[in-house]
Amino acid sequence: MRNRETRTAWLFLLPLLVALAAVAVWPLVRNVYFSFTNAFLDNPSEYSFVGLQNFITVMEDPVFWGAVTNTMIFTLISVSFETVLGFGIALLLHRAFAGRGLVRAAILVPWAMPMVVSAKIWEWMLNDQFGLINKALIWLGFLDKGIAWTADSSLILGTVIFIDIWVTTPFMVLLILAGLQLIPEEIYEAAEVSGVPAWKRLWSITLPLAAPAIGVAVLFRTLDALRMFDLSYVIAANNEKAMTMSIYARDQLIGFQDLGVGSAASTWVFLIVGLIAILIVSLLRLDRSTA
Amino acid sequence: MASVTLKEVSKSFGAFDVLQSIDLTIEDGEFIVFVGPSGCGKSTLLRAIAGLVPVSKGDVFIGGEQVTDVPASKRGIAFVFQSYALYPHMNVARNISFALETARMAKAEIRQRLTRVADMLKIGHLLDRRPKQLSGGQRQRVAIGRALVSQPQLFLFDEPLSNLDADLRMEMRFEIAKLHAEIGTTMIYVTHDQTEAMTLADRIVILNHGRIEQVGTPRELYDRPANRFVAGFLGSPRMNFAPVHTDTSSGLLHGPSGFVFATSGTGSSQPVTLGLRPEALEIVEAGTAQSISGTFERAEDLGYEHIAYVRLSDDLVWTIRSTEPLSGHARGQAVGLGWQIKDLYLFNEAGIRVDVEAARGPVVAVQS
Ligand SMILES: Nc1ncnc2c1ncn2[C@@H]1O[C@H](COP(=O)(O)OP(=O)(O)OP(=O)(O)O)[C@@H](O)[C@H]1O
Ligand SMILES: [Mg+2]
Repeated sequence: MRNRETRTAWLFLLPLLVALAAVAVWPLVRNVYFSFTNAFLDNPSEYSFVGLQNFITVMEDPVFWGAVTNTMIFTLISVSFETVLGFGIALLLHRAFAGRGLVRAAILVPWAMPMVVSAKIWEWMLNDQFGLINKALIWLGFLDKGIAWTADSSLILGTVIFIDIWVTTPFMVLLILAGLQLIPEEIYEAAEVSGVPAWKRLWSITLPLAAPAIGVAVLFRTLDALRMFDLSYVIAANNEKAMTMSIYARDQLIGFQDLGVGSAASTWVFLIVGLIAILIVSLLRLDRSTA
Repeated sequence: MASVTLKEVSKSFGAFDVLQSIDLTIEDGEFIVFVGPSGCGKSTLLRAIAGLVPVSKGDVFIGGEQVTDVPASKRGIAFVFQSYALYPHMNVARNISFALETARMAKAEIRQRLTRVADMLKIGHLLDRRPKQLSGGQRQRVAIGRALVSQPQLFLFDEPLSNLDADLRMEMRFEIAKLHAEIGTTMIYVTHDQTEAMTLADRIVILNHGRIEQVGTPRELYDRPANRFVAGFLGSPRMNFAPVHTDTSSGLLHGPSGFVFATSGTGSSQPVTLGLRPEALEIVEAGTAQSISGTFERAEDLGYEHIAYVRLSDDLVWTIRSTEPLSGHARGQAVGLGWQIKDLYLFNEAGIRVDVEAARGPVVAVQS
């Protein structure tokens, strides 16, 4: 009986596994394979093995480490802000008020837009001469003349982080809100009646009970942020100050046509992201049931 | 310990009036039970007393102090929920002591209170467990422990036992009664269960459609219900009713076939409904003088009591309850139902009970 159920389960999983193998495992294997060769993109059928040479090339490239640092800073700051903001907004939305449904739908708009579109909109709004933001800041007296938010190398990573926070906070809000709504109202009432003050209820009841939901949201966002490509690419193009790991790999692969080094860079990205994912999962104990 | 006074308390959700001008005084140390049909506003009234819902109108006093605008956390009360509402991420000990910790009570004092409550409720061996690892009865004990430990001046229970099976209910009912006897704190208890209401209450408050129908001791409500609603609500099986009308020429009250009764009621006290409790009826030979005639439907043997159903007319079936077996009749057999004046209830057009004493007259036996 057990056996048959197990077999049936595998049978149902088979199409998924086949699809995963075709679109994920196979390209990954090919990618790792190429990272040990000196193949070029214009003629990938002619190559020879070069051992770990490509990995060493990438590791010795300061631009790569710059990209890694940028990605880490970007991930850490944007995910932190998004989590805190997301939790705060989710708390507000969790309270019943007139028009809550509308607000909940409206707040999703930034996230529903394609990242490239959002990036372009912000690029325009942040333009040093015509941008709305600079105009507003000058009008309010904070600035004398417009700042080139997306051109100034010292500002560009901050700008990218800001836009990402604007775009993805709604996603955090929704995931955390779903978690908050699973907490029975009566638990709060029980605490309230027994004299537990509001901040303590938030700290000792809401936070621990919403932790699994927040954990999942943080995991999703972190993995997403670590492989971020589109936003930086639109805003910063090849500016090394905002270059992410994915852009670096893409530059090697497409820009320089170096399939070997590009693959090695991609493999590095895969390893780093995988390591961090394992770290978060074990830290949050998401794999264990919260019984 | 505290008394509770409600003055014209009303509560509306939008245009929907859930509570309508509730006046009630609860003495210090009393055990009060709110009963009523589902949706009549019991929970809302309890939550208004707790401060968990703001009242729309009127005032709430606890211990003589006006607390209408005092938040729930400052009212010095404890609330036990139907769902227990234990903190799922804390073990039993922390569940019980959490509020004390936040009030910055000394560790030693907390431990002492925890031990005392755990002993009292026999949950000392469960202190390290999470709520999920407890049975329903154990969870309820923990919930009561959590309420007890803060030594409130007022206990509020909202159907605390309704998620438990019959045996456990009885046991916990007993425990709650014992608890009240021991600590003597004022308790307000909401229930659907008549048995809980009758056995626990010093006084019962019967609610219907957001109004108080009657307040009184269980005995008073059972023996002298103020109206038809209360009469029908308490008692299981419920009271049998039948329409009656007064023959203006003879002044006799006519009811179901075989029932004739002389009345002196007039005007608004004119009875239109009669009520007889199932245990006040007795199955007799068909045609016995002064008996109500019907046909036997079926009998149920519950072991400790016996229930029979007798059809009086196409749309009227009465219930008879007895400690003696009632099964000696065939289905469809004509029988009589014997009754006594002392057990008769009469209700007027507005549903108000008319005193039978006032309406009493010689009973005339009329063979139908
Ligand atoms: N927050 C609310 N908004 C609107 N209507 C409500 C709200 N809370 C309760 N009600 C309505 O008020 C009425 C009384 O509710 P309440 O919970 O007090 O009933 P109850 O007597 O406790 O019923 P039960 O025995 O089923 O628990 C119900 O008709 C319910 O639908
Ligand atoms: Mg209720």
